[in-house]
Formats: sequence, C-alpha cells, structure tokens
Amino acid sequence: MKDIFKPKIIVFCCNWCSYAGADLAGISRFQLKPYFRVIRTMCSARVDPEWILEAFRLGADGVIVAGCHPGDCHYIGGNYRTRRRMALLRSLLKQFGLNSQRLELAWISAGEAEKFASTINDFIERITEIGPSPYRTEKEAANV
Amino acid sequence: MSEKIKIAIAQGATCSGCDIAILDLDVELLKLFEVADLTFAPLATDVKLKDVEAMKDGEITICLYHGAVRNSENEHIAKLLRKKSVIMIAYGVCAAFGGIPGLANVTSLKKILDTVYEDTATTVNPEHTRPQTRYVSPEGHELELPELYEEVKTLDDVVDVDYIICACPPTREMNVKLLSVVLDFVNGKAGLPPKGTILASERTLCEECPREKPEKVIIDEIKRIDYTELDPEKCFLEQGILCFGPATRAGCDAKCILVNMPCRGCMGPTASVLDHGGSMLSALASILKVSSVESEVPEEEIEKLMEKIRDPLGTLYRFTLPKSLLKHVVKEQRTT
Amino acid sequence: MTYPKLEDEKYKVKEKVIRIAPATRLEGHAQINVFLDDNGEVEDTYFQVVELRGFEEFCKGRPIEEMPRITTRLCGVCPWPHHLASSKALDMAYGVEPTSAAKKLRELGYCAHILHSHIAHIYALAVGPDFICGWAAEPAERNIVGVINVVGAEIGTKVLVARAHAELIQEIVGGKATHPIFGLPGGISQPLSKENRDKIAKMADGLIEFGKFTLQVVNDFILKNKTLVDVIVNKDLFYHETYYMGMVGKNNELNFYDGDIRIIDPAGKEFSRFGPENYLEDMAEHVVPWSYLKMPYLRKIGWQGFKDGPDSGIVRVAPLARLNVADRIPTPLAQDAAEEFFSILGGKPAHFTLAFHWARAIELMYAAERLKELIEDGEITSKDVRNIPTGKPTIGVGIVAAPRGTLIHHYECDDDGFIKKLNLLVASSINYPAMNLTMKKVAKAVIHNFEVSNGILNMLEMCFRAYDPCFSCSTHALPGQMPMEVNIFDKNRELIKSLKRGIPKQ
Repeated sequence: MKDIFKPKIIVFCCNWCSYAGADLAGISRFQLKPYFRVIRTMCSARVDPEWILEAFRLGADGVIVAGCHPGDCHYIGGNYRTRRRMALLRSLLKQFGLNSQRLELAWISAGEAEKFASTINDFIERITEIGPSPYRTEKEAANV
Repeated sequence: MSEKIKIAIAQGATCSGCDIAILDLDVELLKLFEVADLTFAPLATDVKLKDVEAMKDGEITICLYHGAVRNSENEHIAKLLRKKSVIMIAYGVCAAFGGIPGLANVTSLKKILDTVYEDTATTVNPEHTRPQTRYVSPEGHELELPELYEEVKTLDDVVDVDYIICACPPTREMNVKLLSVVLDFVNGKAGLPPKGTILASERTLCEECPREKPEKVIIDEIKRIDYTELDPEKCFLEQGILCFGPATRAGCDAKCILVNMPCRGCMGPTASVLDHGGSMLSALASILKVSSVESEVPEEEIEKLMEKIRDPLGTLYRFTLPKSLLKHVVKEQRTT
Repeated sequence: MTYPKLEDEKYKVKEKVIRIAPATRLEGHAQINVFLDDNGEVEDTYFQVVELRGFEEFCKGRPIEEMPRITTRLCGVCPWPHHLASSKALDMAYGVEPTSAAKKLRELGYCAHILHSHIAHIYALAVGPDFICGWAAEPAERNIVGVINVVGAEIGTKVLVARAHAELIQEIVGGKATHPIFGLPGGISQPLSKENRDKIAKMADGLIEFGKFTLQVVNDFILKNKTLVDVIVNKDLFYHETYYMGMVGKNNELNFYDGDIRIIDPAGKEFSRFGPENYLEDMAEHVVPWSYLKMPYLRKIGWQGFKDGPDSGIVRVAPLARLNVADRIPTPLAQDAAEEFFSILGGKPAHFTLAFHWARAIELMYAAERLKELIEDGEITSKDVRNIPTGKPTIGVGIVAAPRGTLIHHYECDDDGFIKKLNLLVASSINYPAMNLTMKKVAKAVIHNFEVSNGILNMLEMCFRAYDPCFSCSTHALPGQMPMEVNIFDKNRELIKSLKRGIPKQ
C-alpha cells in the first residue's frame, strides 16, 4: 500500500519569507519529493482557515502553512494571528477525526533553503506513513 | 383570485419549532387562510401520505419543509413533496444547514446505537433488542421502520430548493414578511423573488446588534459564560465571551443578545463564506489580544490559549455541520 | 352540517393490515399498524415512532454550560421544559442554588409556556378538531381552520390572541418563546425590568379570563354533550387503571417547576417518591424491535408487557396523572375546577384517558393563575438573578413537570466540564406504553368484521392524542444502521432458531 500511496500536500507560502526560502531551495538544487503544490499569499495571515478545510475536502492528505518567524513578519503582526488560527484549527481538525499531524505550521525565512527542504521532505515522509486522509479515501470511493 | 392555493408544511428530522413558528403568526393566520388551504401538515391537519401521493404534480403551490434529512422517510417526503409542489422552501436552519440534528455528524452510527439501546442509565436491555427496519412479530405481523442514514444531510442535498428561510426557528417578523410575499403573489400584485433568495439580511449580526461596539474589538481574555458576570451593554466579544455575531447572518432581531446571552449562530453564515465554522474560527483568532512581547511567547502557550475556546467542533458548527466543508467526522487508521 | 360529527359511513377493508401514515395532529413522526384476523377482528395494533436524532450520543463532548441551549432543540413545541430541566441539572452539577428571583422568573416564563402549549393542543391539535368538529368530520375539516369555521372568527381570534400573549411573555422573560436562552447555572441571564413587568401584568388578567373561557368551552362543547360524555366514561373504550406519576410541591400540591416526583398506584395510594438524586431507583426503559422509541416503566414492578393494573410497570404522566397525584391545586379557580372534575368522574384517581383533555384545561387555568401570582410578586423585578458558581461541574439531574409529563435530564461531565455521559427520560416516552395499550383496547372494541370508517380510523389516532405526545422529545435516540436479529418461532411460539448480524456480544 505504501508504494502506491502518493500523498497530496498543499503548502501555503508567504511572499516575503517562506516563498523566497522555497525559491532558494530550488536554486540550491535541494532534492525535494514531488508530492506538493505551493500556493503563494502575501502573508501567512492571508491563509483563510476555510481554504485549509477546503483542501482537505478536495482530497489533500496534508497542509503546511509557512510564514516568517514571529517578530519578522513583513506586516508586523500577521504571523501572530496565523499561529493562533492554526492552533485552533488543529484542535478542530482533531475533533473532526483527522490525525493532527496533517496540519503543520512552519516558520521559514528567506534564507532558510535547507529548512524548507527538510520541512517538506519530513512532512511528506510522515504523511506517507500515516496514510491517505480519510476524506480523500471517501471522495475517491464516491467518484469510482 | 377565486381559488385558494394549497400550502404544505412537511417535516424532516425536526423539533417542530418551525411548525410552532408558523402558528405564531396568530391573527395573521386568518389572512393566510383566506387565500390558502393547508394541506399536508402533520402537526395540524389530517392529510395522509397516500393523499399526497394521489395529488397531481404541482398541485401544491408552496411547500415549507423543515427539519434535516436523517433517514429514508425524511428523504422520501422531501422528494414526494418536491414533485407535488411548485415552490419548495427550506424552512428553518435544519433544512437549510442541518441544524442541531446535524450535530449527529460528530459521531458514528454504531456509537449512537450502543449508547441509546444499551448504555444509558435507565435502559434495561439484557436481550440486546434493537429496532429493525423490517420486523416480523411472532404472530406474523410485518412492520417496517425507516432506514437511518450514516450522516445527516440538508434538504438541498436531496431535492432542488427554491428559497431558504433561516433561523431557529424563523421569527414572527420573518413569517410576516413571507406571508406578505405570498399574499402579493397570490393577488397578482408582485412576482416571486429570484430563485435561491434567502429571506434575511446580507450583513452579519453585528450590524443588528444594539450593543455599543468599540472601534476595534479586542478580546483581552477568553471567559466562560458559566463563571462570568455578563454586562448587558458591552459587546460580548469585548467582554471575552464568545459570540458568533461576526460570522452569522443578521435578520433575527438579535433576540439572544436582547436577553443578555451571546449569539450561537442559528442564522447560518452569510453568502460570502464557504464554511460557517471556519469563518468564525478565523474571526475569533484574529481579535484575540496580541501582547507587546508576542514574539517571545512560545508555541505551547499559544496552544493553551486557543484551548480556552471550548469544543470548537460543536460550538463553531452548532447549527451548520452538515453544510460545512468537511460535513462529518472521520476515522483515521492512526491517530498519533 | 351539525357539529360535532361523530358518526360516518363504514366501509370494508380488503386487506388484513391497516396502516395509517403519518399519524397526524401530534408532534413527531409516527405511524399506526392494525392487524386483522380472518374474521376481520383486530389481532393487534402497533403504534410505531419512526424518527430518531441522537442527542444522548452527540451531546457527549459538548460543554455542559451549553446544554440548556442545545437541548431545547429536542422539541420546538416544548423547549421550555428542556431548557429548565437542563438549567436545573446545571444548578446541581455546579453545586449552586439559583437566587429566589431567578427561580420565580424561570417559573413565570414557564407558566406562559404551559399556556401556549396547552392552548395549541386543546384548540388546534385535539379537542378543537376531534370534539368540536367531531372525530368523524371530513378529514379536510378536522383541523384548526375547521375549528375556526365552527366556532367563528371571534372565538378563533380570541384563542390566537391569548396564545400570542403567552408567546410574548415567554420572549420577554426567556429571550425567545421557541428555544429560550436565559438559563445559566445558578440563575438566569437578565432580570425583569419594571417596564417589562408592567407589559406582562397587563396580559395576566386576560389570560386568567381565557383560562375560565377554556373551562367553559370544555363544559359547553363536551360535558353538555351526552354522546361525548358516554364515550369518555365508557370503561370498555378509553379506560385503563394504571400507576400515575407527577411533580408535587412540599405539601403534595401541584407544581410545574420544582418538587418531588410522586407515584401513586391504580387505587390511588402513594407507591413511591423520588427526586433528582435517586430517580434511577424508580425508572427504567424497555426496548422493542418495532419502534425507535423506548418504553419507560416502573423499575420496582418491572416490564410486564402491554397491560394495566397494579402488576404492570406501565405508568402514566401529564395532566390527568398530575391531577390524580396532587392532593390539591394551589390556586383557587383551578382547584374548584379540579374538585368538579373529580366529582363528575367519580373520585380519585380518574382512569378515563379522554379526561386528559379536560385535565389539560384545568392545568391551563392553574398556569394562568400562577402567572399572575408571580408577576405580582415584589421580587419579580429584583436585580439579583444569578449566583455565579465557583466549583467545577460534575453530575447533575434536573426534573421538571413538562406539559406532557415528567421530564428528566441527567448529565455527567469530565474534569474540564465536557459532557461524557447523559440520560434523557422524556415525558412522551413515559406515556408511550400507555398509548399503545389504549390503542390496542380501542381498536379491538371499535373495529369488527373488516369494517372501518374515517371516524373510526381517527378514533385510533385519538388514542395517542389524549396524551398530547411529543415524539421529537422522546426520540433523542438514533440507532442508525440496522443490526438484524431474526427469531424463528414454531406454531407453539417456541424459539427454534435465532440469527444475528451486527449485534454486539454481551
């Protein structure tokens, strides 16, 4: 089962820090497992919790929200709100029955190429081990 | 206008508060009965299912369906009434969004079965009897019960819905407005509103709320209603009491606020959000106070802070779980 | 057309099964099945409740302080008893006593609620259509519109206005009439302003007049009609000698909001008494395979099947039961009406099922009188309406007398105040075995030789309507996917094989 399970991961990156970090990881030729898609927003605080719920509904196995380190947000306090939202969202997802590891919050600065790479690869490995999201399994079963 | 139109009030998984809401029209009902005959309405009339089955398609002008879709009978009645009715209205938050019966989506059928027929304190069931969809008694009597579905659905999950009237239950003011729309239509004075109209405001409850609101609402500290003195003048959120006004549609006249209790979202979300709970979650997290040394606050403390919002699933989605993005709870193979 | 219409033309049914779906003029989803033998005589009847939602399970994990606002949705016809039983359970769970003014305000709103509920049932659901239009009137006429046509728009308006006032009072006191909001552990959310007190006081006298009017309606439309009275007191029809249960105050007087639950035997002697701490000693529930609703019974007697008498655990609740159980009603007009009631019916306890309707009118009178007492109480505008708890909630049981009978909410929560277990014992469930009992007896008495009529079929429905059932309340349960048990019996009723699927092992 593990061989054929290809996780679907969505990564929200903020424009100023984590997206730049992702870019740098690419330029620096870090090897990244291919099972993720990046969506860029101006700030991690722009990431609406509803989008994350929608991602899971549409069959995502995991979601990463990446922003600037606390204190470094381009908009001063955006990421403070982000981490409050993510903490509450994680409790909610747990109540929905999802393994709480499926949502990760990462602080990645513009120069942290290696951190971006390891965050992505570690996350994909963990998700591969946990298996597909039950919402994804349900959706695929319904579409058959 | 010589002939009366037919109106039906059909029930799904309901508490019948919506039936009573219509009865609350009190003397306005007399105006209704001048132009309309009440046909299938199990709380009030003796029209049976076989009578409805014998009607022509479109014989009923308006059907108000209240209650969620929980079992095969609810679905059957929804489809039958849809066929026989020109206009189908999802009446009340249960039909529109799932309502409180929708909270059953937080759990599983097996758990419910075990709890109700074995575990509750007064149940005595040593033979493990369970109700059955088909049962034949020792005397040969055949009896059927509707099949219960795995999850609670809303009316528009099973039939095409023309209009929505929300709240739990719809207020007298909403019903008076609905009545005037119906009367105008029957008397040829006005056409019907565009299909899909929701009979409510497009703004959130905060617009309607009579309390004084500061320029910027900030929650200093999250408090619980059971242990806190409730100030009748100040915005609840400002007091640290969770109130779902910011994410909830206006139109209910803020009745809960007027009796000094915070909103719990029974009007459902406004049109511009995907997910009622998600939008409230975001609003709540956004207005929590940010300290001046926030960057030094460790992640664990933020988690502890957010845990003060009790039972996010049952509270943020109190009335709208079946219409949320994720709709129901799932089970993972691994939980760690 | 003379009203009430009590007889109509019979016709023969061709099949040995009569099914009536849905049951109408009640709250909730139910259906009736009547099985006939080869001679067209009734073998048995089954009054099935076909709905379930699952409160006893999905309330687990919810914060206990939210329960009063979640459990109102058990029923939109009688949300107040749920709200108050829930609030009382919270009072006990948190170990906090409501203030005196809070209790009075809860009771005040509650009296207005009982007025609404009894008015709706008497005029729109039962007495109006079945006794004023007549149980054999055309089905299309047997409803609130038909009642208004018979009694006239003036009386119709009077009824609608009285009920509107009851709704308004509930809204002023509790926030909403349907789904009140104001209950908190230790009290309520808001005191009553002097302005609102005056508003309510203005309506109070009118409600008392309406109570008198309703008793007059019972007198003029029922008691003066010999045919109706003969049916009511016919011991071969709507009559069972059962146990009765109801809430009484310290001196065994009728009380809707607080007190002990008193149980009397069919002869009228006190059999047992319980309060929130020990209700489990007296109450239990039986499960049947043909209904989603469980069958409550007296634990000390046991479930003995569908029969009445002192050896059967079947107990009845709601207005007739309460009048039987209470020694007296503490307000004068209602007490006078109760005395007349028992003198006409031949003493206490009264076993005539259709007398539930009359008892309901007497309770309506009491609710109106009690409402006036409370609104004139000096403490009713007190600002002291809440004692804020200090302790953590643990276990709480709240009992009230709902319009349809005794209601019990029982919550157990964990250390953080989330519900981990709950039990709901609801009035209409308690009357459910008796509804079936009544229907079996009446069906056997009125259906012969395959002959039925519209009126006769409606009479079967009157068997449950007397109890004013509320099945949304009762069926908080939800079994979901059907596990199956098939039992095969030979002609000697011996079990020869039992097949099970999906039934958990003990």
